Amino acid sequence: MFIHSPSYFAQSSTSIFSPAGTPSHWIFTLSMFVLSITAVIFVIVAGLLTYALIRYRHRNLLTYNEPTQIYGSNQIELAWTVIPALIVVMLFLTASRVILATQDAKKPTDAVDVVVVGHQFWWEYRYPKLGIVTANELHVPVSDPAHPTPTYLEMSSADLDHSFWVPRLAGKMDLIPNRVNTMWIDPEAPGLYLGQCAQYCGVQHAKMLLRVYADSPKEFAAWVAQQQKPAVEDPAVAEGRAAFLRNACVNCHTISGTPANGRFGPDLTHLASRDTIASGAVENNPTNLKQWIDNPDSLKPGSLMPAMHLNDHDLNAITAYLTTLH
Amino acid sequence: MADSVSGLSSVEAIDLTPVEKPRQLFLEVLYDWVTTVDHKKIGLMYIAYSLIFLVIGGIEAIVMRIQLAVPHNTFVSPQVFNRMFTLHGTTMVFFVGMPILFGFGNYLVPLMIGARDMAFPRLNAFSFWISAFGGFLLYYSFIGGSGLYGAGSAPDVGWFAYAPLTARVFSPGHSTDYWTLSILLSGIGSIGTALNIVATVICMRCPGMKLNRMPLLAWLYLVTSSMVFIAVSPLTAAQIMLMLDRYVGSHFFDAQAGGSAILWMHFFWIFGHPEVYILVLPAFAFANEIIPVFSRKAIFGYPAMVAASVGIGFISLSVWAHHMFAVGMGAGANVFFVFSTMIISVPTGIKIFNWLATIWGGKIRFASPMLFSVGFLFQFLVAGLTGIMLSVAPFDWQLTGSYFVVAHFHYVLVGAILFMIFAAFYYWFPKATGRMMSERLGKWHFWLMVIGFHLTFDFMHIPGLLGMPRRIYTYEPGRGWEIWNLLVSIGAVIQAIATLIFVYNLVHSYYKGEKAGNDPWDAWTLEWSTASPPPSYNFATTPIVHSRRPLWDIKHPEDPDWNYE
Ligand code: HEM
Ligand SMILES: [Cu+2]
Repeated sequence: MFIHSPSYFAQSSTSIFSPAGTPSHWIFTLSMFVLSITAVIFVIVAGLLTYALIRYRHRNLLTYNEPTQIYGSNQIELAWTVIPALIVVMLFLTASRVILATQDAKKPTDAVDVVVVGHQFWWEYRYPKLGIVTANELHVPVSDPAHPTPTYLEMSSADLDHSFWVPRLAGKMDLIPNRVNTMWIDPEAPGLYLGQCAQYCGVQHAKMLLRVYADSPKEFAAWVAQQQKPAVEDPAVAEGRAAFLRNACVNCHTISGTPANGRFGPDLTHLASRDTIASGAVENNPTNLKQWIDNPDSLKPGSLMPAMHLNDHDLNAITAYLTTLH
Repeated sequence: MADSVSGLSSVEAIDLTPVEKPRQLFLEVLYDWVTTVDHKKIGLMYIAYSLIFLVIGGIEAIVMRIQLAVPHNTFVSPQVFNRMFTLHGTTMVFFVGMPILFGFGNYLVPLMIGARDMAFPRLNAFSFWISAFGGFLLYYSFIGGSGLYGAGSAPDVGWFAYAPLTARVFSPGHSTDYWTLSILLSGIGSIGTALNIVATVICMRCPGMKLNRMPLLAWLYLVTSSMVFIAVSPLTAAQIMLMLDRYVGSHFFDAQAGGSAILWMHFFWIFGHPEVYILVLPAFAFANEIIPVFSRKAIFGYPAMVAASVGIGFISLSVWAHHMFAVGMGAGANVFFVFSTMIISVPTGIKIFNWLATIWGGKIRFASPMLFSVGFLFQFLVAGLTGIMLSVAPFDWQLTGSYFVVAHFHYVLVGAILFMIFAAFYYWFPKATGRMMSERLGKWHFWLMVIGFHLTFDFMHIPGLLGMPRRIYTYEPGRGWEIWNLLVSIGAVIQAIATLIFVYNLVHSYYKGEKAGNDPWDAWTLEWSTASPPPSYNFATTPIVHSRRPLWDIKHPEDPDWNYE
């Protein structure tokens, strides 16, 4: 009934209480403010209630005379209308400030642009200005406070509603077909930030995981340079390449520089440079890769990639080819 | 005491000798119930059928919680899990919450306003049967979902069934159609009942019962029922549009042909948000009747309570898009809906404070109805406060779609509404059956329920804050979610046990309970002036009332209520 957890998963927090970027910091501060106000209200009201229940409890159910009847009081009534109303106004003003700061922020000229497309059940990332297409693992630069380089995400969906949620970087924003939403993130420390789709999108909603790599500016530049290179051509795996092109793989996947230009599934040009496959469902290693190609459902039931029914020879060859695509 | 009718009585003396019934054959009894138009029998049928669905919905919850007790569990498949939360949500909202509250309304409203029946008894029976049919249809999808010969296929689109997941490409087969039809039919039933309750409250009050003398319960049912028209109609329209999309080739929600997913969200939440208040106002109604009687005091601030309820009714119609803070509506719309959502906490606060003031200085008896009401007060307080957190849009960007939200709305649905439903059972069971429910079992039920509830739903907030989304059939270990999920699942099992004790108590007390008499709680409203169970005509002679608490006037001729109103 229970299976073991794969060890490659970074013991990484997704807590909203450890913000690591700009909008999430603002949200965190606001949240703590709201939490303290509500906590105070809770203590006062629950305290009064508890006091009243203890003080006025009556054990003897038979012998009582009726207590004094009190029908109401306008002054008291007015007080507990006006005071909460004032609290509401204060909360409203604070909340509005953060909404406006986040949603109406001006885009700096140095911003990195990424087009995010949600798919059942994976993420497509395109960097139009850099000419990069990748999937499931988003790389963004860490900002230098002197030259902020936030990442602007232009988000849409190829099929159903999805929602982009990396709690340590920002709140969530939905991806909706026929519509472009924008959000921005601005991580302040290098690292891997996890999250996952937060809008129910069908069978495998649970395994539409998100991985955001915040790289130092140097690392990011190196990553960009590597992603911009054409697909690796290793003569040792020419057979696998041929098998890939001969099979239906090409209908759904792209490997740049080859005739494979399908767009239904993730771009595989630099597949081997990614840590995971299947949107973070499993580690990217030859064993998993092979099992995935053979029968995706065994790793991610409900995945829209069909089992390819390859013979062993082709299966091994294609796996070998894919592991060279750095 | 209750029967010592003095000269100053505000209710005319009534013949209380129970009516001897001849023994009936099973078929006769069945025929009697199926063809009845008596508001009390219809009320009881509503209650019985929603209890059955409560157990079914509970089983679905337990299946989900077993699956989520540990990470990477394979107790059920992803498909089955998705069906479970869809059925659970749909069942609990449409086939437990609505009908059980309508059931109590049906039973109590005519009795409490001194009427002999609802305004339209036959419409009443029709509404019941069509709603019930809706419920059966939802479960029929197990058989018919993918065609009669296909494998069982209940809907798996979630209870808010967001477009375009419900489009035919993403949701082939018939399960979504069963879902749609089932909601459509139960919606028609709800609108019928709502109309009936409004007409009853407006037209059927006994002599002397001016609007400002109505029991608060009648007021709240008036507000709730009015909201049902306004809220359920868009839902019904949306269901029809969805059926057109699926079968006639229209493109309201069909994104691939340029339709709008957001349109569905608006339609759905224009229903969905008021729906929460449609469910919670009757719970308030029960609290308004029970808390005073068990504190031995008149409700504090009757006019304020009425005003707050009407206020909640109105404001709740303008807050729906707080379910959509993360869909990218833009800052302006978000700011508007933050405000309208927050402001609703003012009338809600008034209610809590008035209940507190009613308890203050009273003589509190902790019988089961009061125990559950006290649980309600604390839990509703928490639900209100987490509601305020969610109304702060940026905070909501983190919390919506997470387990925090699931915890929040179960605080409302279970902690407030279900607890008050239990309270109402203990309180009015003696009236409906002539017997008391067991207090001993009631205490067991209450304490297990409280422990289970808090174990489940307190701890459910935490994985939400730690980034756990809802509607996932499994999760990755290593994010600090495991321990909380385990505790939550244990709590759910405890709640299930508590509920079984309750069901046992119902059955047991029906046959073996202590005889109740007409007015076991020494209460003040009209239903306690008639026999238990009430005869089919309710009152032998039409009562006449002079104040909000007619039986108080009889019991305290030296100090009747009308002196203070
Ligand atoms: C023992 C009591 C209950 C337990 C343990 C329980 C548990 C759950 C769980 C585990 C979920 C799924 C959360 C997710 O992953 O999205 C859920 C969803 C839900 N529950 Fe309950 N529940 C209980 C009672 C109720 C009641 C009484 C109601 C309403 C009157 C209710 C209404 C809902 C709704 C509307 C959903 C959302 C379904 C959806 O996402 O489509 N629940 N509940
Ligand atoms: Cu998704």
